[in-house]
Amino acid sequence: MGLNEFIFLLVGLKWTVFLSAIGFACGGITGLGVALARTSGIPVLERVTAGYIALFQGTPLLMQLFVVYYGLALMGLRLDAWVAVAIGFTLHASAYLGEIWRGAIEAVPRGQTEAAKALSLKYVSRMKDVILPQALRISLPATIGFLVQLIKGTSLAAIVGFTELARAGSIVSNQIFEPLTVFGIVGALYFAMCWPLSLYGAHLESRFAAATR
Amino acid sequence: MTSLEHASPATETPMIVMEHVDKWYGEFKALTDINLAVRAGEKIVLCGPSGSGKSTLIRCINHLEIYQKGAIRVEGITLGSDPGTIDAVRREVGMVFQNFNLFPHLTVLENCTLAPMRSLRMSKAKAEATARRLLDRVKILEQAEKYPAQLSGGQQQRVAIARALCMGPKVMLFDEPTSALDPEMVKEVLDTMVALAEEGMTMICVTHEMGFARQVADRVIFMASGEIVEEAPPEVFFSNPSHERTKKFLGEILHRH
Repeated sequence: MGLNEFIFLLVGLKWTVFLSAIGFACGGITGLGVALARTSGIPVLERVTAGYIALFQGTPLLMQLFVVYYGLALMGLRLDAWVAVAIGFTLHASAYLGEIWRGAIEAVPRGQTEAAKALSLKYVSRMKDVILPQALRISLPATIGFLVQLIKGTSLAAIVGFTELARAGSIVSNQIFEPLTVFGIVGALYFAMCWPLSLYGAHLESRFAAATR
Repeated sequence: MTSLEHASPATETPMIVMEHVDKWYGEFKALTDINLAVRAGEKIVLCGPSGSGKSTLIRCINHLEIYQKGAIRVEGITLGSDPGTIDAVRREVGMVFQNFNLFPHLTVLENCTLAPMRSLRMSKAKAEATARRLLDRVKILEQAEKYPAQLSGGQQQRVAIARALCMGPKVMLFDEPTSALDPEMVKEVLDTMVALAEEGMTMICVTHEMGFARQVADRVIFMASGEIVEEAPPEVFFSNPSHERTKKFLGEILHRH
């Protein structure tokens, strides 16, 4: 495998990173909204977001990407492949992160909310200063775990013709007929993204644990 | 409005008024026709068997529990469902919980400065100065930079008292503040509460510490099954209770000590 092929893989890697980052950032922001709506105590909001979560957790990511890419096109909305895929990942991530964070918010002891209310802290401050920092710590293993899943899940974007790392790998492999080498390298590149993330998560966890022990 | 210096001595103005308050949890009636007037500077001790509604009663005063009938007024503000009145009342009423409920991710000092900065829009410097003064008063200033989990239960509860005082409340509610403590730590918390009482703070304390009741209470109120059964000054309450249920309760609780 030559340098050109390797560079081609790196370009694919760039898109994988980019797609993961967008999915996590946009999905994170939307997911926070979903988690807050899900714990708002307002029945309509809770039901709507519960349905949203059920829908996206209950269907394959692959199908979601199809629906966004081809479905929007059928409705006359022609989007770039990467925009469609970014929307698909955002929707997907927001449902999962929303559910992870809902669980974490509910795992913060009730007394914390009561103490914050007794101190006349309003909803925004109660959430921002008291509940969410604690919920974030609780959710950290699951959040990092999902982020790793998301990075690997970006390979599904290949299906709508988006050349990220996995698709770049199969293109190169088809050209030079060295699938073992090529996919070995592709696998190593995925590992190089995911493993440090897991390590970083473990490090953050132990740091938080140390801070409150 | 940052300290007790503003707390006025006992006068005839009722600071807290509860009128015909009823509360249900679904089918279960938790409070029945509660009538209570607390004057500024008055110290009330609420006691009664578990499940008698005493915690529920004080939690209604700062709207941690909603009630279905009757009215509650704090400092002339009628506690309604309007969030504005709830916030206004909560700014005047400090609360100390059985399980401390300190914010574990914040230092002692940050626990004390958060609410004054957010709710009273106090500057950080001023909030910290107030917090340090009040932490000093509960004799725990040297722990200001620590996290709650690094402190003993008694220390945590004293921080919780300081945190509530940082809001400059006119009334303090104590919900079994010593029940979760190891026996050797009860005294340090009670001493803090006695000092607070001596400074003229209006206080409602749910507690079974009868020594504390004798020492500081102006009135002891006995509750059972969600009703106020008996109320009297401590000397009368302990030596000459008039109701059978009060006698039985006192027999049980005093026997333990």
